[in-house]
Amino acid sequence: MTLTAPPLSTLSTTTAISLRGVSKAFGHGGNAVVALDSISLDVARGEFVCLVGASGCGKSTSLNLIAGLDRPTVGEVTVQGRTALMFQEAALFPWLTVRDNVALPMRLAGKGKAERSRRAEELLESVHLGGQGGRRPHELSGGMRQRAALARALAQDVEILLMDEPFGALDAMTRDLLHDELEQVWSSTGVTIVFVTHNVREAARLSDRIVLLTSLPGKVADEFPVTIERPRRIDSPEVMGLAAAVTDRLRAEVRRHSDEPHGD
Amino acid sequence: MATDLQKGGIADTKLAEEIAGLDALEAHLGTHPSRARQIWSAVWPKLAAIAIALFIWQAVVWSGWKDDYVLPGPDKVLPALVDLLGTGKFWTAVSITMRRAVTGYALALVIGSVIGLAVARVRLLRSAVGSLITGLQTMPSIAWFPLAILLFGLTERAIMFVVILGAAPSIANGLIAGVDHVPPLMVRAGRMIGAKGIGLYRHVILPASLPTYVAGLKQGWAFAWRSLMAGELLVIVANRPSIGDQLQFAREFSRSAQMLALMIVILVIGIVVDTIFGRADVTIRRRWGLIDPST
Repeated sequence: MTLTAPPLSTLSTTTAISLRGVSKAFGHGGNAVVALDSISLDVARGEFVCLVGASGCGKSTSLNLIAGLDRPTVGEVTVQGRTALMFQEAALFPWLTVRDNVALPMRLAGKGKAERSRRAEELLESVHLGGQGGRRPHELSGGMRQRAALARALAQDVEILLMDEPFGALDAMTRDLLHDELEQVWSSTGVTIVFVTHNVREAARLSDRIVLLTSLPGKVADEFPVTIERPRRIDSPEVMGLAAAVTDRLRAEVRRHSDEPHGD
Repeated sequence: MATDLQKGGIADTKLAEEIAGLDALEAHLGTHPSRARQIWSAVWPKLAAIAIALFIWQAVVWSGWKDDYVLPGPDKVLPALVDLLGTGKFWTAVSITMRRAVTGYALALVIGSVIGLAVARVRLLRSAVGSLITGLQTMPSIAWFPLAILLFGLTERAIMFVVILGAAPSIANGLIAGVDHVPPLMVRAGRMIGAKGIGLYRHVILPASLPTYVAGLKQGWAFAWRSLMAGELLVIVANRPSIGDQLQFAREFSRSAQMLALMIVILVIGIVVDTIFGRADVTIRRRWGLIDPST
C-alpha cells in the first residue's frame, strides 16, 4: 500500500483518493471471507461521494483502508491529504469539555494554546455549537454530539473526511438538519467527503455521486452521478426519484443472493 | 482548507435558528437542587443511624451483660472523648499517625501506579506478576509484621513497609483493571485524531481508566489505614505516641472509656477520608454523565 505521494503520471492532481484493484480478505484458506473484490474507485478533490450497499458490502472496510487503519490484501490505495474518520457514535471523550474535545487533535499536533482555543471556538461556531464549548458531552443531544465530533474531525486540518454512517442513530428531523449542516461545512471548506450509508435517500440528498456496492464480495455494481441542484431537500421529487432508481438497483442486487445457501 | 466557515445568507440564518431550536428542545439541562437541601438529604440519614447505634449500645450496657468498667456506655465514653480531645498528647498522636498514613499512602500510590501501568502495558509482565498482585491484595497485611519486625526492628520503617504492601496492590490492580476496561471505541477515536504511543496513554487511555483507578485508590486507602492501625498496636516506637499505641496503653491500664473513645476517633478518621474518595468518585461520574441527574 502506498500512502506517500504517487508518481504524477498515474494520478492527476485533482484526485484525492484512488483505489486500484483493491481486494480485502479476512481470515485464511477455506474460511477466508472476501470483503472487497478488486474495487477500483477514484474520488476527486472536493467531491462528495456516498458508498451505498446492503449488509456485507464492505463499506466500512473501504473506509478503514482509505483511513490507513487497515491494509488491502491485493491492490493499491493512494490517498492524497490528511484523513479523519467519523463513526456512528460520536466517541467524544467524557472527561473533557466539548471545547477540549475539539482542541485535543490540535494539542496532539503540538499547536499552541492560544491557537487551539481560538480555532476550537471557530470550529464550534461553524457547527452551530458556539457558546456550548464549556459543556460536557453527556449534556448534549445526539445530534449536538455528532456536530461536536464533526468539529473535532475538522480540527485536524483534514482534506478528506471519511464518515461511517454518522447519522444512522439520529432521528429523522435531526438528521435533516445535520444534512444541511454538513453540506454547508463541505461547501465552505472544500473538504473531500466519502460518506458510507445504507440510507439511499440520504445519499441522494448529499452526494455528487453514489457508488453502489454489491455484497459478499463487495464490488462496485453501479455508479450514479447526482446532478440535482443544491441546496436540496431530502423530500424533493428529484431526490426521491433518484433514490427510487438506486433502491431498485440495490434490490436487484440483493435478490441475487436469495438462492444462495445461508453462510455459516 | 478555508478558515472562513461562516457564510452569510438567509438560508444559513434559518438553519442556525432551526438547529438552535432543536438543541434547546433536546439538550439535557439537569436542574440541581439547592446546596443546603443536598447537604441535609445526605446528612440526616447518617445522624439517624448514629443515634440508633448509640441507643443500641446504651441498651446493651443497661442490660447489665458486662460490668460498667469493662463496657462503659456512651454516657461515660463521650465525656472521655471530650477529655481526650482536650489533651496535647492526643493531638500529637493523631498528627504522628496521620503523617505515617499520608507518607505510607503516598509511597504506595507511586509504587502501585508505576507497577500497575507497567503490568497493564507489558504483556510479559502481566503473565509474570499479574496474578501475584491479586494474591498480595488478598493477603492480610498483619501477616507481614513478623517479617517486617525482623527486617527493620520496632521502627517506623517496619510500619511503612506493611502499609505500602497493604495499599500498593489495590492501587496497581485498580489501574490495571481501568486500562483493561477502556472502551475500544475510545482508543479508536484517539488514534483517529492522531494520538499514538505515550500521547495515547496520556490523553486517552489513562483518563478513560480514571473511574476504576479511583476505586482502586479508595480500596488502597482502606488497606493502608487497617495496616497502619495493626502496625501501631504491634510496633510501639518509644517517644512517638500514636493513635494505635494510645489504644494499646488504654487497654493495658484498663481505661476502657478512653479505649472506646479512641476507637471512635479511628472510625471517624476512616469515614472522613473515605468520604473524600467518595466525593472524588461522584464528581468524576457526574462529569462523565454516568449519574442520572434526577437521583
